[in-house]
Amino acid sequence: MDSLPALDRDASPEALPDSPAAEAPTFLDRLFDAGLLVRTGVDGLYGRSGAFESVVEALDRLVSRLGADDKAEVMRFPPGMSRSTFERSGYLKGFPHLAGTVHSFCGNEADHARLLACVEAGKDWTEKQAATDIVLTPAACYPLYPTAAARGPLPQGGLLFDLQSYCFRHEPSLEPTRMQLFRMREYVRMGSPDEVLAFREVWLDRGTKMMAGLGLPLAVDLANDPFFGRAGKMLANNQRNQNLKFELNVPVNSVEKPTACLSFNYHQDHFGTTWGLTQADGSVAHTACVGFGLERITLALLRHHGLDLDAWPADVRATLWG
Amino acid sequence: MVSDEVVRDILRQNEAMSNLVDTLGEDDDLFEKGLDSFGSVQLMLALEERFNVEFPDSLLNRRSFSTIRIIRETVTSLTLGEAA
Repeated sequence: MDSLPALDRDASPEALPDSPAAEAPTFLDRLFDAGLLVRTGVDGLYGRSGAFESVVEALDRLVSRLGADDKAEVMRFPPGMSRSTFERSGYLKGFPHLAGTVHSFCGNEADHARLLACVEAGKDWTEKQAATDIVLTPAACYPLYPTAAARGPLPQGGLLFDLQSYCFRHEPSLEPTRMQLFRMREYVRMGSPDEVLAFREVWLDRGTKMMAGLGLPLAVDLANDPFFGRAGKMLANNQRNQNLKFELNVPVNSVEKPTACLSFNYHQDHFGTTWGLTQADGSVAHTACVGFGLERITLALLRHHGLDLDAWPADVRATLWG
Repeated sequence: MVSDEVVRDILRQNEAMSNLVDTLGEDDDLFEKGLDSFGSVQLMLALEERFNVEFPDSLLNRRSFSTIRIIRETVTSLTLGEAA
């Protein structure tokens, strides 16, 4: 589980003088002990310290600098999106197991009394909870497509957007890199197939240079999304056969199962068809995105450069904080 | 032996294919004609239900559903227990 050799000073055996026989603390334990992450009682749901956030913010700025010349339109959505938009997006076809819906109490006063009694008795109190019009955002770009489509056909040359959002995926895990609520920074390109594929190529290069420049070991690999069930195996095979998704992986929890820190995705005409998004000539728009897992990159840096930010290599600090 | 017509009947259930089915040749590429990934998943599930077979993981790919001939031959071999 924690098979990557410990690379930070806090992981040394001296950290456990009183329990030589005890199992070495996991990376997650050490993040808690150092105060970088804060327990909430739910796996994958954590608070962040000021130091942790300083890295996330520096990475966010670094991504902005790398993309500055492209003059993307900045848009920020809250971490909840319209349920009807979510339903139409097709997310439930591939990922019903990851979706998170927002429910609220919709009963009367008697129901309220029963709710409180159930809470008091430790019983299920959710009988009168009903789905609201809000679903937790599963990926930063999901609220964007209908917004862009509502403007009408894309201008000649297409459009480029800059997004960042907390995202939710229901996959509780003890791996600190698999959080249930995490921030995803994205650039999204809409246009012709050639335009969006050229965008993806540019970011494969920029992203690789960015991560190498941060002193991280990496590999870019063909990938697939975690589609649900047997049908999902077919979707995953199709995705791989068509080279639609690449991930930039860094060993964080283990060498055997490295962590995807960036992803480079070509959606073909999926979102264009779903939302009626068209190019200037009236044909269906194609889309592509590059996504940066801000917490995952932060964790990769902590794993490889240590839990003390002041002790990180000078060039890495200079890249992040100038 | 699975007939060409039965495969076409199942294809008619797909929104993108329904109006094209009668014009399709046995070797026409269904994906080029408008079948998408989710459509191919629905096609797979419908074939499994109709013929009481299960596609093994090795056949869960675009090629297995790319033409009427390939679908017909694949499902025929599955019904004969040959493809597992």
